[in-house]
Amino acid sequence: MINNKRVLIIVPAWNEAGCIGDTVREIRSELPGADVLVVDDGSADDTAHVAQAAGAAVARLPYNLGVGGAMRLGYRYARSAGYEVAIQIDADGQHDPRYVPKLVDALSEASLVIGARFAGEGTYCVRGLRRWTMAVLAFVISRMARTKLTDTTSGFRACDRALIDLFARWYPMEYLGDTVETLVRVARLQYRIKQIPVAMRNRTAGMPSQSRSKSVLYTGRAFFTLLLAVGRR
Amino acid sequence: MLKLTFLTSITALIVLGLILELLRRRQLREKYAFLWMSVGLVVLVLGFLPRLLDSVADLLGVASGVSLVLFLGVIFLLLVCIHLSWEVSRLEEETRTLAEEIALIRTEFTRQHGELAERRQVE
Repeated sequence: MINNKRVLIIVPAWNEAGCIGDTVREIRSELPGADVLVVDDGSADDTAHVAQAAGAAVARLPYNLGVGGAMRLGYRYARSAGYEVAIQIDADGQHDPRYVPKLVDALSEASLVIGARFAGEGTYCVRGLRRWTMAVLAFVISRMARTKLTDTTSGFRACDRALIDLFARWYPMEYLGDTVETLVRVARLQYRIKQIPVAMRNRTAGMPSQSRSKSVLYTGRAFFTLLLAVGRR
Repeated sequence: MLKLTFLTSITALIVLGLILELLRRRQLREKYAFLWMSVGLVVLVLGFLPRLLDSVADLLGVASGVSLVLFLGVIFLLLVCIHLSWEVSRLEEETRTLAEEIALIRTEFTRQHGELAERRQVE
């Protein structure tokens, strides 16, 4: 229980045996009142066992579905177990669980709360085309949600019972669908969205790719996703 | 001309034979049976009479019946491809749901298994 609410932390993990143990232990020590579900997204390594040994419940997908697929499974689990709040935290340890109570607090004013980078706290920075793309996404989705959002691709988010129900039935699997498209749909359905500034930590393993061609591809896919999402009814 | 008719009619017979054999062995779903039977019959008729559509082609401003068949064939194949992509997307969505279902059942099983073991230890 956090603020009298049953909270489930959903951690999608794909081949994260190296850091999932620490991430789960940290969440459990910082948030003793919350339950942790690690969704093992068809890992080839020991992710499931490490997570289980660290004390998390583990749901193991038989093959890799991507973040969106793993998250819908997490929301289905949350719905059937009757959780009131579900929070997504990345397995690589870049999301600091100490912000979770703040996100849960903010759920009294909104159905979806995003832990946002670029919102004042922390020094996370992205340059060039990718930064510009993220700014345009933020601008468009802010207009739709009628609130200021600076980080629409953040995977650090909390949602309430109504959205757990929605996401258990519908959660896109496509690239960026899990972040951008869900925001567009949620805003369209008139749910309130709010952001809380958070500081991201450096990833314990791996860095986001920064090469030129990858940025261009990222921009193309981001706008394609956005256009499709906006065009859908 | 006779050579062309020979080529197309032989091809038509082979295609029709293949479709019938697949249907006979129940390798094609019922819902496709009608579609492919019709395709087989059209191919058969046009195979033996490749000039059959010349007048229709004339009416549409296409140089010859054979070009018209080629054009319609390409359009038909395009539609079949789109349909198959749609089917594959639907199947992926179904397998995704199954995969989630399996994961949920496995999680529940592990949980109950753990509870049972705990209870045995207490006893």
